[in-house]
Amino acid sequence: MSEQVLHDTDSVVLKINAVSRTYIDDEDKTVEALRDISLSVRRGEFLSVIGSSGCGKTTLLRLIAGLDVPESGELILNGEKIKDPAPQRGYVFQQGSLFPWLTVEKNIASGLKARGVYKDNKAEVARYVELIGLKGFEKSFPHQISGGMAQRVAIARALINNPAVLLLDEPMGALDSFTRADIQDKLLELWKTNKTTMLLVTHDVDEAIYLSDRIVIMTPRPGEIKEIIEVKLPHPRHRGGTEFLSIRRDILEKLHLASAAPQPEYAI
Amino acid sequence: MSNVSSLPENLKPEAINPNSLSRDIPGRGAFPKISYVRYALLSLFTVLGFIAAIAVNRLFPQIANVQIEPYQIGKSLSIDINDLYVLALSGVILLYTAIAVFSFSDADRRKKFERRMPFRFAIGLVLGLWEVLGTKLLLLPQPFFPGPARILEPFLMEPGYILQQILYSLRLFSYGFVFGVTAGVLTGILIGWFPKVYYWVNPVLKISGVIPAVAWMPFALTLFPTPFSAAIFLITICQWFTIASLTAQGIQSTPKVHFEVAKTLGAKTPYLVFRVAIPHAMPQIFTGISIANGFTFTTLVMVEMMGQPGGLGYYINASKVWSAYYKVFAAIFIMAILFSLILRAVGFVESRVLRWQKGLVKS
Ligand SMILES: Nc1ncnc2c1ncn2[C@@H]1O[C@H](COP(=O)(O)OP(=O)(O)O)[C@@H](O)[C@H]1O
Ligand SMILES: [Mg+2]
Repeated sequence: MSEQVLHDTDSVVLKINAVSRTYIDDEDKTVEALRDISLSVRRGEFLSVIGSSGCGKTTLLRLIAGLDVPESGELILNGEKIKDPAPQRGYVFQQGSLFPWLTVEKNIASGLKARGVYKDNKAEVARYVELIGLKGFEKSFPHQISGGMAQRVAIARALINNPAVLLLDEPMGALDSFTRADIQDKLLELWKTNKTTMLLVTHDVDEAIYLSDRIVIMTPRPGEIKEIIEVKLPHPRHRGGTEFLSIRRDILEKLHLASAAPQPEYAI
Repeated sequence: MSNVSSLPENLKPEAINPNSLSRDIPGRGAFPKISYVRYALLSLFTVLGFIAAIAVNRLFPQIANVQIEPYQIGKSLSIDINDLYVLALSGVILLYTAIAVFSFSDADRRKKFERRMPFRFAIGLVLGLWEVLGTKLLLLPQPFFPGPARILEPFLMEPGYILQQILYSLRLFSYGFVFGVTAGVLTGILIGWFPKVYYWVNPVLKISGVIPAVAWMPFALTLFPTPFSAAIFLITICQWFTIASLTAQGIQSTPKVHFEVAKTLGAKTPYLVFRVAIPHAMPQIFTGISIANGFTFTTLVMVEMMGQPGGLGYYINASKVWSAYYKVFAAIFIMAILFSLILRAVGFVESRVLRWQKGLVKS
C-alpha cells in the first residue's frame, strides 16, 4: 500500500502565496532568487524541492523558516502568517550546525531548552537518541562523531520540538553515498513514526524520488517553480525499479531543459 | 588443542617478532614492552645529576672562607643551609623516582620521562658546578651570585616573613584577577554584542590596551585610599582590557548558522547570548586570560617594588637595599614556582571547560 494513505493528504499545512525575493549581489546587480512562488504543502506529506544550484531553494526554505522575509507575497502556516523563526518550523542545515560545545544528548536537548523547556526532558532526549540510532554516543562531542551522525543529531534536535513542518536544506549533500542512503532510510522511518510534514531541498534526483510524495522542480534566474511531479510508488522504493527509473528520466529531462537556458557567470 | 601447522603463515607463533611488538603497541594500559634495565638506567640518570650535586656539597672541600650558621628549629633540631640544600635535593630525587615509577606503565608518560632525562641530569650538574664556583671556591662575584645553598637561607632565617609576602602577592593577584576577569568578560560581551558599544568603546579599549598598566600608577596612588587598593586597580585593568577585546572577538566570530539554528529552535536573545555566543567565545576568553596573566605578573611585581608595604616584589626591593642578593634569588625562585602554579591552575580549568574543543581532548 502506498504510504501517503496513512497521512492526511487533504488539508494544507503550509501555503506559499506569490512570494518573491530579490537580492543585491556583491557587484550591485539584482538577483531574482525567487519570483512569484506559489505552493501548497499538504499535511504529513514528504515534499522535495529539486533544482540546480542557485535556483533559490535555500532562499525558499529560509523564508518558510522565518530567517528571511519575502519582498512580496506571504507564507501561511496553519492559518498564521509567518513572521519570525519558531520551533514549529524545524530547520536542518546542510552541515556544521551542531553546537560544538555541547554533547550529542545536550545538542538534542537544546531543541527543548532553546524554547525554554528545561524540565523533565531526559526521557524525551533518550527516546530521540534511540530513534536516530546513536545510543552509546550520548556523551560524545560533535567533533568526535561522523558527519552522518552529526546530521542525524541535527534532525533529532529539530524534531524534538514536534514541528508542523521540518525543513531540510540538503542535509545529506556533504555525505558519502553509503551514509546518505542510511540517513534517507532513517528519515523515512522518522517521517512514518512522527508523521511530520517534510520539506526537503536536494539536488539529488534519486534521493528526491526515493523519499518524496511530490517533487517540486525549480528553475534558476529567476527562481521559479517549473513543475510538480507526484511519485505514487509504495515504500520501500526500489532504486532500480522500472517506474523509479522512468520518473528519474522524466525529471532529468525537465532539469536539463531547465538548465539549458543561458546561465551567465553564476553557473554552479 | 589447536593445530599450529594449520594456521596461516603470518599467524604462526614464531612469525611474531617480539622486537617489533616492543615498539608497536602504544597507549595507556598496554603492557610495557621496554626493557627494565634500560628504564632503570634512564631513571638513574634522571636523578644522577642531583646525586652528584649532593656529593659535591658533602664531599668537596670548603676551600674559601664562608660563614655557615646553624639555625634552631623547634627545641632540639639545628640545621644549616647545607642541610636544607641536601634535604631539598633529596626531595627532588624522591620526586623524580616517584615520577619514574608512575610513568612506567604508560607509553606516553614513559616517552616524556625519557625525553626529559638529559635536561634533568644537566640541572643537577649545573647545581654542582654552581656550588663549586659560588660557595666552595667563591670564584663568582659576591654578593651578587651566592651559591645554591645560600639561596635557601631566607627559608631558615625568616620563613614566616616570606610566607607573609607570598600571601600578600597572592591576595593582590586574586583580587585583581577576579575583578579583571569579571569586568573583562562583561565589557567584552557588551562590545561583542552591541554594535553601538563596539563603535564607542572599542577604540578606547584599543588605545588603553597598549598602555602598560603601571603608567597609571601615579593616578592610582592618588585616587585610591590605600596602596593595596591602588595595586588591585592596576592589576585589574591589566586583565580587563586584554580579556575584554578577546571576549568581544570571540562573540563576534560566532558563526551565523549557530544563531539561526537557535532561532529556529525558538531561542530568544538571552539564549543567543548566554548559550550560543558566550560558549563560542570561551576559547578566546581563556586566551585572553593567559595573555593577561603575563602582563599581570609583570605589573604585580613592579607595583610591589614601587609602592607596596608587602609582597614578593617588596621583598626583592627591601633585600636589594641590604645587598642581600641571596634573598632576591629566593624571591625570584618563589615567583617562578608561584606563577607557574597559577598558570597551571588556569590551564587545568581551561582544559575542563574546553573539553569540547578538537585537539584538546586526548582520547
Ligand atoms: N544573502 C544573499 N545576498 C545576495 N545574494 C543572495 C543571498 N542569498 C542568496 N542569494 C542569491 O540568490 C540566488 C539563490 O540562492 P539560494 O537560495 O542559496 O540557491 P540554492 O539554495 O538553490 O543554491 C543565488 O544566485 C544567490 O547568489
Ligand atoms: Mg542552497
